[in-house]
Amino acid sequence: MTFSPALEARFEKLLNSYPPGRQRSAVVPMLLYAQDEIGCVTQELVEEVARRCGVTPLQVDEVIGYYSMLHRKPLGKYHVQVCTNIACQALGAEDLYEHASRTLCVGNREVTPDGLISLEEVECMGACSWAPAIQINYDFHHHVTPERFDRLMQALRDGVYEKERDTKFSNAVQPTEPA
Amino acid sequence: MADLVNLTIDGRQLQAAPGTLLINAAKEAGISIPSFCYYDGLALQAACRMCLVEVEKTPKLQVACTLPVTEGMVVHTDSPQVRQARKGMLEFLLTNHPLDCPVCDKGGECELQDMVFRYGAGESRFIDTKVHVDEKQWSPIVFYDAPRCILCYRCVRICGEGLGVNALGIGNRGVASEIVPNRGDHLECDECGACIDICPVGALTSGTYRYKTRPWEMRHSPTICTHCSNGCKTTLGVRNGEIMRANNRDHSGVNGEFLCVKGRYAFDFNGHPDRLTSPLVRVNGELRPASWAIALATVAKKWTELKARKSNFGVIGSNHTSNEENYLLQKFAREVLGTSNIDHHRTGDVAGLLQALHGRSNALATTADLYNTKAALVVDSDLAQEQPFLAFHLRANMRHHKAHVYVVTPGPVREDNYATSVRAELGQEFEALESLRERLAAEPELVILFGAAIKGEAVNRLVAFGDSLGIPVKYVCLVDYSNSRGASDMGVLPDLLPGYQPAAEPGWNYDQILAAPDLDALWVVGANPLSRHQLAAKNAFVVVQDLFLTETAQRADVVLPAASAYEKNGTVTNVCGDVQKLSRGPKTMGAKPDLEIIALLAREMRHNWGSITPEAAFAEIRSTVRGYNVPFVVIETGGAAAATPSMDGTNFQSQPELIRPANNTLYTSGTLGRFSKMLNSLMEAPGELYHDPRKKPVVKEGSVQLETTRTEK
Amino acid sequence: MRYNQPSPLEVRVISQHFDLPNSTSIETYLANDGYVAIRKVLGMTPEAIIEELKTSSLRGRGGAGFPTGMKWSFVPRNTGKPTYVICNSDESEPGTCKDRLLMENDPHQLIEGMLIAGWTIKSNRGYIFIRGEYRYLIDIVDRAIEEAYERGYLGKNILGSGWDFDLYTHTGAGAYECGEESALLESLEGKRGIPRMKPPFPAVVGAFQSPTILNNTETYSSIPVIFRNGGAWYAGLGTPKNGGTRLMCVSGHVNRPGVYELPMGFNLMRLINEVCGGVRNGKKLKAVIPGGSSSPALKANECDIPLDYDSLAKAKTMAGSGGLVVLDEDTDIVAVALRTMKFYAHESCGWCIPCREGTTWLKKILSRYHEGGGRRSDIDLIGELAANMLGRTFCPLGDAAAMPTAAFVAKFRDDFEAYLEKNKSAQAPELAVV
Ligand SMILES: Cc1cc2nc3c(=O)[nH]c(=O)nc-3n(C[C@H](O)[C@H](O)[C@H](O)COP(=O)(O)O)c2cc1C
Ligand code: SF4
Ligand code: FES
Repeated sequence: MTFSPALEARFEKLLNSYPPGRQRSAVVPMLLYAQDEIGCVTQELVEEVARRCGVTPLQVDEVIGYYSMLHRKPLGKYHVQVCTNIACQALGAEDLYEHASRTLCVGNREVTPDGLISLEEVECMGACSWAPAIQINYDFHHHVTPERFDRLMQALRDGVYEKERDTKFSNAVQPTEPA
Repeated sequence: MADLVNLTIDGRQLQAAPGTLLINAAKEAGISIPSFCYYDGLALQAACRMCLVEVEKTPKLQVACTLPVTEGMVVHTDSPQVRQARKGMLEFLLTNHPLDCPVCDKGGECELQDMVFRYGAGESRFIDTKVHVDEKQWSPIVFYDAPRCILCYRCVRICGEGLGVNALGIGNRGVASEIVPNRGDHLECDECGACIDICPVGALTSGTYRYKTRPWEMRHSPTICTHCSNGCKTTLGVRNGEIMRANNRDHSGVNGEFLCVKGRYAFDFNGHPDRLTSPLVRVNGELRPASWAIALATVAKKWTELKARKSNFGVIGSNHTSNEENYLLQKFAREVLGTSNIDHHRTGDVAGLLQALHGRSNALATTADLYNTKAALVVDSDLAQEQPFLAFHLRANMRHHKAHVYVVTPGPVREDNYATSVRAELGQEFEALESLRERLAAEPELVILFGAAIKGEAVNRLVAFGDSLGIPVKYVCLVDYSNSRGASDMGVLPDLLPGYQPAAEPGWNYDQILAAPDLDALWVVGANPLSRHQLAAKNAFVVVQDLFLTETAQRADVVLPAASAYEKNGTVTNVCGDVQKLSRGPKTMGAKPDLEIIALLAREMRHNWGSITPEAAFAEIRSTVRGYNVPFVVIETGGAAAATPSMDGTNFQSQPELIRPANNTLYTSGTLGRFSKMLNSLMEAPGELYHDPRKKPVVKEGSVQLETTRTEK
Repeated sequence: MRYNQPSPLEVRVISQHFDLPNSTSIETYLANDGYVAIRKVLGMTPEAIIEELKTSSLRGRGGAGFPTGMKWSFVPRNTGKPTYVICNSDESEPGTCKDRLLMENDPHQLIEGMLIAGWTIKSNRGYIFIRGEYRYLIDIVDRAIEEAYERGYLGKNILGSGWDFDLYTHTGAGAYECGEESALLESLEGKRGIPRMKPPFPAVVGAFQSPTILNNTETYSSIPVIFRNGGAWYAGLGTPKNGGTRLMCVSGHVNRPGVYELPMGFNLMRLINEVCGGVRNGKKLKAVIPGGSSSPALKANECDIPLDYDSLAKAKTMAGSGGLVVLDEDTDIVAVALRTMKFYAHESCGWCIPCREGTTWLKKILSRYHEGGGRRSDIDLIGELAANMLGRTFCPLGDAAAMPTAAFVAKFRDDFEAYLEKNKSAQAPELAVV
């Protein structure tokens, strides 16, 4: 199985980062990085990771079932993850998730028919103080109201999301001298 | 030895060796602490939390299955708090466990049922919906019902740690956790069924047994497996004379909890529709059913005539029949027929080994030695395929006692995963052994197990090599079939009487019998020589005792239907010389045990042997056969005792050309195997010897840090 | 990057670089006393280092609050095995978002803290275990590690000491349980995140079966400043036995939620009212979850309390991970209890019966209850099931699920009762299934 040169380089670095004979350690990172490139964990990937890390495919299977970020079916190009855990819940995340599901017409872990967007209700993502929060792939978005959510989805559909991510949709607060 | 630790359990002052787990210390004292995940000899899990006990001066309940005893420890295993915890644990367990006990195979012998009966609540507070997942079939014999699974991980461990197969794992997480097979939706494994047997509930069920009967409808008949030479105890579940299953209920045989696919599933030859149920007598060139009376009379008449004419008799015995039958067969041949032309298919040079070891005692390894020896060397055997229990036993020794295992074989074997392996073509073993000399000599002791390729002079050479190491060495001559050792020990040989006493006048051997043009009568008991050899004497009168109309039986003039080993009482001797008891389970109408047939023929030929029973024959063997004075009580109560045969003469001449390996794999069992539908249905599994494991990834085990030295072909 | 305005009440010790331009670069770090502590420490013996840490009364910021100096002293010397330094950056405790800031804004501070740990036990290798969702942080931390190698703070013969230390990042892939230290080590070894049996503890048998120091991101990040300014100075910032400052992650119904660095022992009501501008929309306070979702909630009348390990333990809850969720009077406690239990049921590794089955059963009951199918007997049942889990599971996750749940039903029984009133018609019949 072949991967992009960048990923191959990453794998090489990864395999070298563990003590000798401990290449099994690379199983989880390898699966996750490869999944990001090819979209999901395929059987071919399982065998490949098993081979490279010196384990059995069963040992790889066991790992895949355990980690919630690893998935065997492809998700959307943009995987939208809405946190509904307690901090976000306190600020209306459950409604936000409902809104997302309704407007995108998809349920949990489902993909829009065009394959562009998938939705998932997730556990606390580490943005509690800036709730409600969502992640689009690996990008965090804080203080997400239904309106802000709609604008983000529109940007995804319009293909301008990457361009606007760090400007229009920035999370940053410019520190002002405390009064 | 370190001082014993004093502790108190339920008010009783006890002592235990330091390091003993509390659950075992309690068990020793007859106090049972319930558990699901704890299993003797397998890795500790502490997962089921059934064994929680109160230990004074610790705030929380403690898990008895992982807690070593400490001096002054005061334990309560039956306090209200402990009882409440157990009840709570079972209540949790039952929330997702389907209560389909009425139709579950395990009903009546289910550990969960028993546990709830003893420790559980009478009512459930659970009113919500249970998680349901459909049942899956993983192989012809393994079915998995996830909701019934209590996740004790016994199956995963027995398959990985016990068998070294590692075909089972754990999938998903949390309440969705379940056991998963190694090939996504199916299993690729030894099909040994150990996972099914070890499952405390009905989560793993067997394709041959499921939904067929209830455990209490069967009679449970412990006997010895009739396939390979390892002599595993198997308990036959018999209903209305039919074997419903074979498993390993009482763990009292040499094999503990082990059984391979043959022991567990290849019992179905017994009920095969082709079983002979009536004697056959050749009339006008055609084998026709006849009554026992006529068939026996026909044989006796012919033999009496031939004997009077000083004709040449040949007798080929079996490596499946009991010691008693083998003993009486050679006695019949020598006393009644007056011939020494008797032999059997030899699958290893047992006599050669005894000759090489003559004059010493204690040089034959018993089955137990394989578990206790500090080091073992396997020469020319794909142990996991040919000697499955011995392979399991050695692995257990490696896991539990860190024994070192060395392997010299012509191709890859499963032991490579943990052993020091050297590849050597047949005939090149001794060069390979030299390369191991230093390491072997550094071991405190050694057991050498050798296959059929080491025979004749090579046996002497091997023993010389063992002697040159300067450490205590014991030997196992690897043979195949359930009573090869018994046939040899009981003197089913042309030149050796029972107990390896030299025969005054050696008779014809196996090849000579078949090749003699002037052979007048051939008597074959439980063997099928004509599947591989020609019978030179075209006009010989042939009598065959067998279960099936084999190639040999088809050539017979009289065929006498024999009972299988599962249908008789008696004893057999395993590859390591351990004698164990057969006991009659099912019955096939019309067939008779060989012992009875031999006795009837003796009577028919007017020889007064008195009352012939397996018990009487065994008593005679114990008192007359050297090395067979094994403790009666041990055998009678289902235990194993090692026979200690020896040879004192040096005038014995080994005949290496007569040693022919059986080359059976896990999925073959000579002629018998052909009649097991189960075995044949599993043929898809890799069944060749020295199968290249690179075709199938194997896991390198971490427990023993021995480098693997492989010299590739 | 800053995601909320700082507060003037903050004591900025480990977040002092956060607002500097280019705060992640080694230049910035070096220009602000960076890698000064490691130079000092390289001249110290392990005993002296551990003594200084004990003086600082720094306690683990990951949840359990174990004294860090003591933990390091448990690592056996000269076993002949390699030793490891592991950073727990799996930050997944609901309510907690501080490790993220520490890595995002000051990765060199973390690296320096780990270096100090490494030198103390003469380890040659460390790993930063970062949760899979924090992918962008891996890039930031990897970049910082590269810089540190370039400047000789990592790699061979560090600062001429003759000591080598390599540091790597390692990603998780979505599993709260991998924050539990022994499950983390399993995960690091490429396995399912099933916790290990203890003892032995990681200090003795940790990563790759070798002695290991394992601490939280914030714990390591607090160490350089301790060695720059002295353990006594650090201890003086907090309360007795609770040294220093910590990043408090305030979320929920306050006017200015955010992450604030405050001295240990800071009063909770002051935090809500003065740092965070009080409860939102002029509502009354109902409860505070003081240390992540695993900590039992405090009722409004219990909230006048110093935020340190011992005071909170005395109040039968815990300082935990420093994630404070403030809930106002309109909060539906049943919904919070349900969401909490959903989380634990989802994250239970499934190894042991009481946690695997207990969390799921409780989730089902709470779910039915929340939908209006509750029975009066369920209230006690919830408490009893939680009690049946407590202290009986294989690892502390089971406790983490049971403790807050038991507190919800005990402290907010009225809320549960009110549900019954509201849904009288929809109640499931009282029945016992025999
Ligand atoms: C279920 C569970 C989850 C945990 N998650 C985390 C975590 O995400 N981050 C963390 O630092 N510690 C977590 N811990 C605590 C760790 O086990 C460990 O105590 C801590 O990392 C030690 O570091 P410290 O002494 O610096 O706090 C968790 C513990 C449990 C039982
Ligand atoms: S308490 Fe048990 S099931 Fe839960 S996470 Fe820990 S080990 Fe796993
Ligand atoms: S609760 Fe949503 S990010 Fe923590």
